[in-house]
Formats: sequence, structure tokens, C-alpha cells
Amino acid sequence: MTTSTSFALLDNGSSLPWEDVPEWPVEEFARRTAAEIERGARLCSFFGVPEDGGTRLVAVVAFDADNTLAAARSLPASGGYPSLTPSHPQAHLFEREVWEQHGVVPLGHPWLKPVRASAGSAPKNGEFFRVGGREVHEVAVGPVHAGIIEPGHFRFQCAGEEVLHLEIALGYQHRGVERGLAGGPHRLTESQMDGVVGDTTVGHATAYALVAEALSGAEAPLRAQWLRLVALELERLANHTGDLGALANDVAFLPAASACGRIRGDFLNLTALICGNRFGRGLVRPGGCRHDMEPERLARLAERLEGALAEVETACEWLWDSASVRARFEATGALSAEQAAELGLVGPAARACGLVRDVRYDHPAGWHRLAQAPVAVWPSGDVFARARVRWLEIQRSGQLVREQLASPAEGDVRIEPAGPAPDSLAVALVEGWRGEICHAAVTDQAGRLRRYKIVDPSFHNWIGLALAMRGQAVSDFPVCNKSFNLSYCGFDL
Amino acid sequence: MAYPKGPPPPLPDRHGGALRLETSRCPEGCSECVPVCPTQAIAPAPGGGIALDLGRCLFCAACVQACPHGAITQTGDHRMAARGRGDLVLGGPGRETVRLASALDGKLRRMFGRSLRLRVVSAGGGGADEADLNVLGTIGWDLGRFGIQFVASPRHADGMVVAGPVSRNMELALRSTWEAIAEPKIVIALGACAISGGPFAGNPEVRNGAESVVPVDLFIPGWPAHPLTILDGLLRLLGRLEAEEMPARRP
Repeated sequence: MTTSTSFALLDNGSSLPWEDVPEWPVEEFARRTAAEIERGARLCSFFGVPEDGGTRLVAVVAFDADNTLAAARSLPASGGYPSLTPSHPQAHLFEREVWEQHGVVPLGHPWLKPVRASAGSAPKNGEFFRVGGREVHEVAVGPVHAGIIEPGHFRFQCAGEEVLHLEIALGYQHRGVERGLAGGPHRLTESQMDGVVGDTTVGHATAYALVAEALSGAEAPLRAQWLRLVALELERLANHTGDLGALANDVAFLPAASACGRIRGDFLNLTALICGNRFGRGLVRPGGCRHDMEPERLARLAERLEGALAEVETACEWLWDSASVRARFEATGALSAEQAAELGLVGPAARACGLVRDVRYDHPAGWHRLAQAPVAVWPSGDVFARARVRWLEIQRSGQLVREQLASPAEGDVRIEPAGPAPDSLAVALVEGWRGEICHAAVTDQAGRLRRYKIVDPSFHNWIGLALAMRGQAVSDFPVCNKSFNLSYCGFDL
Repeated sequence: MAYPKGPPPPLPDRHGGALRLETSRCPEGCSECVPVCPTQAIAPAPGGGIALDLGRCLFCAACVQACPHGAITQTGDHRMAARGRGDLVLGGPGRETVRLASALDGKLRRMFGRSLRLRVVSAGGGGADEADLNVLGTIGWDLGRFGIQFVASPRHADGMVVAGPVSRNMELALRSTWEAIAEPKIVIALGACAISGGPFAGNPEVRNGAESVVPVDLFIPGWPAHPLTILDGLLRLLGRLEAEEMPARRP
């Protein structure tokens, strides 16, 4: 399928000269991007790069079955181009974002409104879609929510208890992350990458490290790649465990909620055993890792991992054995595989619709080229499936880490990479615990970051939550929301 | 958990805890630590020597590694919450460590000492500070035993915890939440981002911390703050923990 593509092929975690990225006038670029999606490509990233008074659009797509990525760009444009969204909904937010940031208009986009732009001291959210009818009422929730979570706004159109439509309006968490990265790397860059999404530090820091290493033509030592895999899977274990606990809490099943809340901390403390920080801050850096494990520490990690895995297994047995939990999870918030594919969902949310889609398997980089876990899928697309996929991934990640701790890579943990190559495009994907993280960098003639584009899996997946709520009772929103558990700051950047 | 009557759970050995700065060890004109700090938490002090601001610190320990004179060290101490922003700035004689938080004054302490309801607002927070606040509610830490509870409405709250650097897009919601809490009320800035903006300080999209929008009564450093550091700060503020009451740490 990919042999005939007019896009430039590249592997995960590689770079190519900017001038080798094929370019066309923006209409032709849009037409060819649509053609690639029609042939099975998935849109990983789609962004603008200001140039010559206009904006070049860049598309990075993945051919999962062929284990390759591909990229193309437009000539600098300033007007509009035919929108991809009507025929390819997975482009909907990317097109809104490009319009918001660069003013290039996707002509015919069905719902063109800001994504996160500021209007003084609140986001400029624009109009909300409204359902007419005398019985229809609107429920507005947020930005500040009841629990200790990030802010965002949810606007429900309801007929009685039934949700006809949910529109999710974000932007409250906008910190100017991408804009601040331009011109770098500077001395805050690595810390900012650690903080892109606070609960996904290892995922985003690894994606940045892969981009920086690709640009410098170096590869991190094998020992560092091995350690990154261990840390990435520990991040997955901690968050999946926390999510199962939160799901149990939302259906008032307190034994599993209490146990998982505590066991999540045990997994976080394993990351802290490696680097001192429960979230892995300061561990992954371009060129390798900032910490290593001596044999005694490694043995302690392996021992404590077994304890945590045994406990989470017990807690999950309570969960799956409870008929009341299953009754609340099953057939709640269901999406079909076709919907998930059309929307471009990623991560556990996609795999819970039966899509076999996992960067570790489709586009392995780093140590994942040498050590893999089976992809966990479940077909039903509902809250149950999203919980079940997490449980399967806990088991499989646990086994993967167990195996890796038993056979560590040897050698140094860090090299000093050379500076980034000038005038290049580099792309890296990492399967974070929420799904596909995509970092793309375009460097200038001095090797500085001219444009740094981050796509958190949440950017693809929020629309999945909105559609999953259609036809549900509004009271099912908390459990549906938890079953996706998406990042607000990762969306708002 | 036996704490606070018994010893606190140990911090991870690589955590390092609060930093200590002995400027008496700094040779004249030495500033080797200054350029390695990502957030410029270390800067030349106005009167000579250097100053280290734990409110900006990400605890990466790059300065500890860079200092050839042993002037900056990790103490392993989880305690570092302070009442005043300036109390987090180390440097000079008598300012080797953080000036730990004192308790609320008489009336507030009587009102909140045994019952404190807090509303949490994430304003550009990454999710980690929020997660480690949630941890305090789990069965291991059991924050409820101190009469401290997180509530779902500012109308139910005695105060507010702020996480994140305060994105401009959350400024209105943050101020509205604060205004909706009845007087008297307290505000707690949680983590480097809420104290100073953290690694995003200076971005025009953020306000460099809670204090730029609301008055702050307690600053809890960390990136994110460790649950034990948060609990210590809360108990100290409520007068339920005195400095000398620090139980001996397990070896």
C-alpha cells in the first residue's frame, strides 16, 4: 500500500531533510492527504509552519499495517483549502487548530470554532451547538469540577435524562507550551517536556528524547533504551491501576476503589525508586537517562513489583466478580469500531473498540524493537471494554517489566548527543498509557526548533467521549468520562 | 499510617528532600551552580553570594552535582512548606534551610484547626499535583482523620488549594471560586507551578503562580510536592505539628 505513496516515508524516531519532504500547492496537498487516509493512513499530526509570509501545512500519517510513517507539506499558503473534515472526521480538530493558530481556513469545515484561544481571562469558546425543542434543556458543567481534576467545560443537550449531544469546550489549561518551545532547545526545554502532561512525564520526555536523538543522528545507549521501557510501562501500570480504581469509585464499588488508589501509589513509588520522583521527572533526557540502577536497586524493584502486581490482581478480581459493577459497565457509553476508526481514536479507547492499534507494536522504537507485549483489545467499545483493556494491559505490562528486569541491558546509560541537524523534520511516536504521543520538530538553518508540534492522545480522543455520551443518561457521564480519563493540559498545551 | 505520632514513611532515597544552602562555603565570586539551574531558582544575591529559591526549584539536583564546595546539599527532609514567599529563599547566615510554616493565628486556628474544608482549583496544573492531593484521601494517608476534606463547591469550603501556574484562561474561574468562598478563608499554593509558574514561568499565557491573582497563606514546594510534604504543610498550618515535634526518621 505504501509503495505508491507520494509522501516521504520515514520510521518512527527518525528525521529527514526538510527539503526532501514533498510539497504541493495547498489544495493539492489536501487532496493527497485525503487520498492517503482513504487508503488506510491515520492522521498522527497536522500542523502549520510559518514561512515566507504564509503557512506551510505539514501532515504526518501512519500506515500501521506497513509499520511506517509518512510526511508531506504544502507550499506556503495564506487563504484557504478544501476541508478534509467532511469526508475524514479525524482531521476535524487539527483543521480548527491550524485555522486558529495561522488563519488558514479549511473551507467547508462543518464546525469551525476556536480550540483554545484566549479571550482575556477565559477561553474564546465560540458558539455551542444547540438542539431545539420545548423539552430540550441544556446542562453546563465546569470549568472547575467537583473532584480534584483539571478544568474544562462540558455542555450537554438533554431531553429529560437522555443526552442528545455533548460538546466539550477546553482551552482553560493553555500554558503556551508549543509556542514556548520554539527557538529552543533552551535550558527549560527538558523540564517543560517533563511537564507537558504531568501524569505522562516518561511518555512525553521519551518522545522528545527520540526527536532530539534523531535530529542529532545518535541513538541512546541500549541500557537507557531498556530503562525507558521499564519506566514507560511503570507509568502505564500506575495510571491504569488508578483508572480502574476511579471507575470502581464511580459505580460505588468501594473495595476496589480503595485498594487501587493505594496500589497506584505503590507503582508510582517504583518509579521513585529509579529516579527519586514518583512521576519520573528528570529521568529521561536526550542521549539517555539521568539515573541508572545498581543491581541491588534492581532486585528491590523486581521484588516490590511482584507485590504490587499480586495486590492489583486481587483488587481486580473483586471488580470483575461483582455483578453490580458489570451491570453498570456493560453497554454504557459504547462506540463502534467504525466510529473509532473514523474519529482516529488511539490508545486503550481505540483498542476497546477492537482496533489493533498500538505504537509499541505497529511502530516500535527504542527497546520496544526488542521486547514486546501482545496488543490488548476488546470488542465491545463500552465502559466495560475500556476497563477490560486496561486490566489486560496491566497484566501484559507487568509481565513485560518482569522479563526485562530479569535480563537487563548492559553498559552506559547516557551519551552526550551532538546538536540537532539544521533544516530537518523529525518525528517520534510513543505509546503512552493514554495512547499515541506524537512529537514532530522542524529545525531552522542553525538547528534551532523552528516549530515543535506535540499531539497528546487526548487530542484525538476527546471527541470519542462526546460521541459515547449520545443516548446515555446524563448521570452516566462520570463513569464514561473516567473510562476515557483524558488529559486537559495535554489537549490545551 | 503511624505518622504523625510515629515516624513518617521514608521518602525515596533518591528524592533528596529539601535543599540546604550554606553560603559560608561559597568562595568569593563562585557561581558555578547558577547556569545549571533550569528555572533560575539560583541567582546571585543582591548583597553578594547566591540565593536559592525553593519556590522555583524543580528538585532536579543539578546544582548539588555542580557545586564543587558542598555548599548545596540534599537533606532528605520532606518538610518545606512556608507561610511567606520569602521564607522559601535560602542564602546567608541563618537562612540555610526553609523557614517552616507557622500555625494560623488564634481565631483562624480555632475555626479551622479541627475542621478544614478545601476546594481545589487546577489552573494550568499538569495533573501530578492533583494526583498527589488525591493520594492523601486514600486509605493509606486517610486525610479525613485530621478533619481535612476536599469539597465539591466553594460554598462548602474554608479555603482553596491552587495547582498549576495559573493559565490566563483560568484566571476568571480561579478568582470567581475564591470570591465564592465565605470569609475568613485561606489559600494554599501547591507545587512549583502554583508558587512561581515552575518551568512555564514567563510564558505570556500564564500568570506565574497563584499569588498574582489571590492572596496566599501557605506555599508547598515540589514538582510535584510529595504527599508527605503536603500533609506536613497542612498540619503545620493548622498548628497540629510543631517544628520540634519532628519524629526521628527511620535509618
